[in-house]
Amino acid sequence: MTLNRSRRPGQRLAFSRVAVFAVAAIAFGAGTVVAMMLYENIRTRKEESRHTAVRIAAIDETTIDPAEWGKNFPRQYDGYKRTADNAKARFRWSDGRPPEDALHTGAGESKADEGKAESKLESNPRLKTMFKGYAFAIDYRERRGHAFMLDDQRDTERVKQRPQPGACLNCHASNVVAYREAGLEHGAAGALSDPLHSETGLEQLFAGWEHVNQLSYADATALVSHPVTCLDCHDPDSMRLRITRPAFMEGIAALAASNEPLPHLPSIEKWRRGNRATPYDANELAGRQEMRSLSCAQCHVEYYFKGDQKRLTFPWLRGLKMEQMEAYYDEVDWADWTHADSGTRVLKAQHPEFELWSQGIHARSGVSCADCHMPYMREGAMKFTDHQVQTPMAHVNLSCQTCHNYTESEIQSRVDQIQSRTKAHLDRAEIAVVELILAIRDAREAGATDAELQSARALHRKAQWRADFINAENSMGFHAPAESLRIIGEAIDYARQGIAEVAKLRPKQVAASGGREG
Amino acid sequence: MAEPESTSQQPATRRARVARASLAVAVLGALVGSFAAAVGYTAHYASATSYLSDDPTACVNCHIMNEQYDGWRKSSHHARATCNDCHVPHDSFLHKYYVKAEHGYRHSKGFTFQDFHEPIRLTPYSREVVIGNCVRCHDAMTQEIRLAAHGNTPVAHDDPAGLDCIHCHAGVAHGPTR
Repeated sequence: MTLNRSRRPGQRLAFSRVAVFAVAAIAFGAGTVVAMMLYENIRTRKEESRHTAVRIAAIDETTIDPAEWGKNFPRQYDGYKRTADNAKARFRWSDGRPPEDALHTGAGESKADEGKAESKLESNPRLKTMFKGYAFAIDYRERRGHAFMLDDQRDTERVKQRPQPGACLNCHASNVVAYREAGLEHGAAGALSDPLHSETGLEQLFAGWEHVNQLSYADATALVSHPVTCLDCHDPDSMRLRITRPAFMEGIAALAASNEPLPHLPSIEKWRRGNRATPYDANELAGRQEMRSLSCAQCHVEYYFKGDQKRLTFPWLRGLKMEQMEAYYDEVDWADWTHADSGTRVLKAQHPEFELWSQGIHARSGVSCADCHMPYMREGAMKFTDHQVQTPMAHVNLSCQTCHNYTESEIQSRVDQIQSRTKAHLDRAEIAVVELILAIRDAREAGATDAELQSARALHRKAQWRADFINAENSMGFHAPAESLRIIGEAIDYARQGIAEVAKLRPKQVAASGGREG
Repeated sequence: MAEPESTSQQPATRRARVARASLAVAVLGALVGSFAAAVGYTAHYASATSYLSDDPTACVNCHIMNEQYDGWRKSSHHARATCNDCHVPHDSFLHKYYVKAEHGYRHSKGFTFQDFHEPIRLTPYSREVVIGNCVRCHDAMTQEIRLAAHGNTPVAHDDPAGLDCIHCHAGVAHGPTR
């Protein structure tokens, strides 16, 4: 203070001028920096809008390794890798409650369960009865993200304890190159570098596929190294979506040739109006929006292995509805196995997502699988498809709110309502089917003949197919709510009719044992 | 501490001080100029003046509203109404530019800091502006429904009477986006 007071007026003036100058310099300097930062930000956004991909790695028909594709498409690759970290579906059908309320089933605690998904058989013991005598009664677990598809298949007791054919590989691995190499080994023409959708490329694919279908699973799985990867869905040249699975090519062509109305697949309707000289080919005719569903429909469908060649076949000759596929199976007299308790030749439904979605309002409105399960995302001005394929409930805003102008909690509660209703009725259907199985078993043990049990078994086949169809489908009714409840309603009806049929046979014995759940 | 120039009012010292002051002003001027240039160029680079216009392409400068723009191009309103016809008020010049400025601030803040909700949504106030503009053009056609909504008492020609036109007519100005 004494120092200040001792300063003369001129000195103070000079000091304050310097201070004002310094403050002004700092203020304008800082302002300029902010302006330049804004400029940089705008520049980045403008750049983002110009470039969506930079080609660093060379990609061709032989590039199986997704990391190579990831060099060119890092955002898509990141999402693809994150399928290992998928959100749990909010509604897990096997216990009917959201994960936070779920009873702990002990899965993941024992040595054998370590690192595996939760067991459906533990959380829903009815399934053990329904699948008795079949591999699904040994090991049946919750779904997991795409990243696990190959490991989970190699690891399941269904494959370890029961010999399975190479046909299983069709949907659990990146197999395009493996099939083509096998095809080349078995006399197909051309080279691996030929485009897949050339005459030689397809010849290699089909020859290899037909060969690998018949191998043992152990021999077949040795040919592959990755879960589904980029080139299974994308053309390496144009990045267009493409169909690569022979069974789907045959299945969709058969479906197109049927009379079933398919308003959600306009390219098929258009093909039908033409001269039908060549079979329907999705790669040639399907629009981009259709391909965003058909790509998924190569695997998320009902199937069986036809004949000694174990030819993977989709039962779509009459249409995609549950009873149309059943009618096909009845016609070719197919059964997945003979039930150990009831002696019924039964069917096993396999994740018929595409078929059920086809009966729902979203399909009818032109909403594809990818619209909800792989929504568009933004990073700055860049727009890309989320490749972390998972439940839309993990991103309600991106999946649902694009069309539905309601809050996230409102949308979630609507989904919960649909799934809770489905689950409540599915439980009733499964209870009825289990009761029917036990009733037939008891009647058998009491000496009922095959002839006497014929009508009850026919009803068991129908009822179980229906209940299992909704159980195996991975949306708990959401993909087509009314259709799901129709199917479940039929399951309950047929199961109860079956129980009545058994009761007609031996009223006394059935009265003593029927309706008991064991 | 003794400094010669501060002890007297000699002409040489004054000249030196004037020279120093001029230098300071020049440097300050340069700073102000650089700042103004940086701001000005950034504004030019960001096509800032386009936001003063009624040109719909200004609304897709940053690409966030591409879907909305594409949908508008396919809609029935495409031939008669542009973005600003519906999305800013038209009762006064001041009100119009106040709303433009408010939108501009909110959008550029969201885009710069990348902290906006996906998908983008109308704010409640923006919704009021849009509905007001429905009535501005369709006042005669909507007179009866507005009269009824107003308890069958006379209603001003530009009063929506609490009706939310776009609850039902959501697709008239933004058609299919894909």
